[in-house]
Amino acid sequence: MTTKLCQEPELARRALATMWTIRRFEEAVDDLFARGLIYGTMHLSIGQEATATGVCLALADDDLITSTHRGHGHCIAKGADLERMMAELLAKETGYCRGRGGSMHIADVARGNLGANGIVAGGIPIAVGAGLAQRLQGTRRVVASFFGDGAANEGAFHEAVNLAAIWDLPVVFVCENNQYGMSMPTSRAFRIPRISQRAAAYGIPGVTVDGNDIQAVYDETVVAVERARAGEGPTFIEAITYRWKGHSKSDKNLYRTREEIEEWKSRDPIGRFEAAVEAAGTFNRSEIETIRSSARDAVRDAIARAHAAPDARPDELRDAVYA
Amino acid sequence: MASTTIERTASDTRTCSYAEAIREALAQAMESDERVFLLGEDIGVYGGAFGVTTGLLERFGAERVRDTPISELGIVGAAVGAALAGMRPVVEIQFSDFTAQAMDQIVNQAAKIHYMLGGAASVPMVLRAPGGSGTGAAAQHSQSLEAWFAHVPGLKVVLPATPADAKGLLLAAIDDPNPVIFLEHKLLYKSSGPVPTEPVRETLGAARVHRDGDDLTIVATSVMVERSLQAADELAADGIHATVVDPRTIKPLDAATILAAVRRTGRLLLVQEAPLTGGFVSEIAALVAGCDALYSLVAPIRRLCGLDVPIPYAPQLERAAVPQVPDIVKAARELVMES
Ligand SMILES: Cc1ncc(C[n+]2csc(CCOP(=O)(O)OP(=O)(O)O)c2C)c(N)n1
Repeated sequence: MTTKLCQEPELARRALATMWTIRRFEEAVDDLFARGLIYGTMHLSIGQEATATGVCLALADDDLITSTHRGHGHCIAKGADLERMMAELLAKETGYCRGRGGSMHIADVARGNLGANGIVAGGIPIAVGAGLAQRLQGTRRVVASFFGDGAANEGAFHEAVNLAAIWDLPVVFVCENNQYGMSMPTSRAFRIPRISQRAAAYGIPGVTVDGNDIQAVYDETVVAVERARAGEGPTFIEAITYRWKGHSKSDKNLYRTREEIEEWKSRDPIGRFEAAVEAAGTFNRSEIETIRSSARDAVRDAIARAHAAPDARPDELRDAVYA
Repeated sequence: MASTTIERTASDTRTCSYAEAIREALAQAMESDERVFLLGEDIGVYGGAFGVTTGLLERFGAERVRDTPISELGIVGAAVGAALAGMRPVVEIQFSDFTAQAMDQIVNQAAKIHYMLGGAASVPMVLRAPGGSGTGAAAQHSQSLEAWFAHVPGLKVVLPATPADAKGLLLAAIDDPNPVIFLEHKLLYKSSGPVPTEPVRETLGAARVHRDGDDLTIVATSVMVERSLQAADELAADGIHATVVDPRTIKPLDAATILAAVRRTGRLLLVQEAPLTGGFVSEIAALVAGCDALYSLVAPIRRLCGLDVPIPYAPQLERAAVPQVPDIVKAARELVMES
């Protein structure tokens, strides 16, 4: 049995703080966007916090991840600096990508985040390559690759999973099945009820978990990470979850019902974990309240400092261009 | 090949947006030819990422307005196969950057089949995709990739710059017996202008001369046409008169219209959003330099292009990465003043 997150004060605190930070960060992004203070586009993972958090809790600090266009949660869960993230969204010189990348391209290589990705499935083969590098370098590091249900229908997914499988690479494929690829429901994009069934075709273990249950996500990731570290190869984890917000800023939500969205909001992964923590007697209401408010304060602080930072400079546009 | 002028009688036109003009072309083509069908990501209920196909699912049904999974190689390949087997597919690739995923089917299959099979088969398909920067979508969603396609024998490449051209050229592309890459521009979707209400086909391979002037010729593509026309207005106020030519299709290219304008004006400014190196306008420079039109030049040919840099996110950097109206005005002025 793996550790019960809700019973271990340190882990429970980390889990809650991370999930609340993701939630508050993305609510702030939503708001800044609506007020015209953030440019471009953004994809929010509100409602999916338990997946990013549960997976990253099971990783070591020097393990690696690849992320997606919906990547703020992965980035925060891997320990990113909120101010540099916010500065990136605000197109500041102090942002993770010096304002060159924006929301879809935040990376934090020092903390093992090889980057969000604007290309659906673009990160999956890269994760496999990073896993291959671990093998060739003889490290014990593991690579977790986040991607959506939609990405599992790209050719890149199939080629990458097969490579990792035949080479027994230390990769954990994490399919965040939020049930839609933009407007396309999984029921119309797949002939199989569970995307994890595809793992069998590549000869690797595949499991489906409740992605809104952080304990379940954590447990399966711990097993997958152990297997990867032991040189036994990759695992495919499908985490069923739901995005509360539209796909991006242009989404009118015409492909799903208000009732469905409300129904999923009632399965809030954060509220659920808070209830478990309280029931276990690990923290009381006011301690939980403190964790919440410090997440909010950390985000507020990050916004204030990011706002005050200098803008990216057009006269330095060609820096880092090598060809 | 003849160039078309922009005069049209007002009676048979209505004012609509570039996106609506494209939608109207799709609808009229589907109404008149049951072989025509659409496939692409989120083109049904969602109406396409930029709203171009809004309402078409309701009108034509899910068999002919086919929402696909996120599988660009698969859907372009399916279009190639359907075209070979007698259909007229129109594929939407959500951002032209994602044609990269489908490149084998575009380059090695669609483009080659007719010739490679000795003319025994053809691939009458259209691939529509929006390109260009200006929306803060950053490096993987903002490219101008027309030169990739123009470099492959077997593909026609269209870059409509106005609502009327978008409609007329798309109808022509759908009618064409061979594969056509139809590159729309995100910033133009909301632009509006007069569009023929009837399904009037434009000619693939005919440039449009938007404006006549004796001092220089500006050849511009896609969103740079609008910017060049604005620049031409400013220049005219200074007494500098520009001819503005939009090739509209870069393959086939209406060389005659471009060369005639160069011979008449003696100066050539080429404007594109795509990066300078290996860009399509360099081909036009080579065309002029390789024939007698060279002797009409009183100044070196000037290329004003995007910088050789991935499109950055920050708005002020993004703007600086590609030509803007003041850049065109400045380049034109220098070209005229220095000679
Ligand atoms: C290759 C490619 N095709 C299409 C897109 C446009 N697009 C961006 S996100 C998205 C949906 C992705 O769905 P999924 O993988 O399930 O992730 P989610 O958005 O649900 O997190 C689409 C179609 C893209 N960015 N890249």
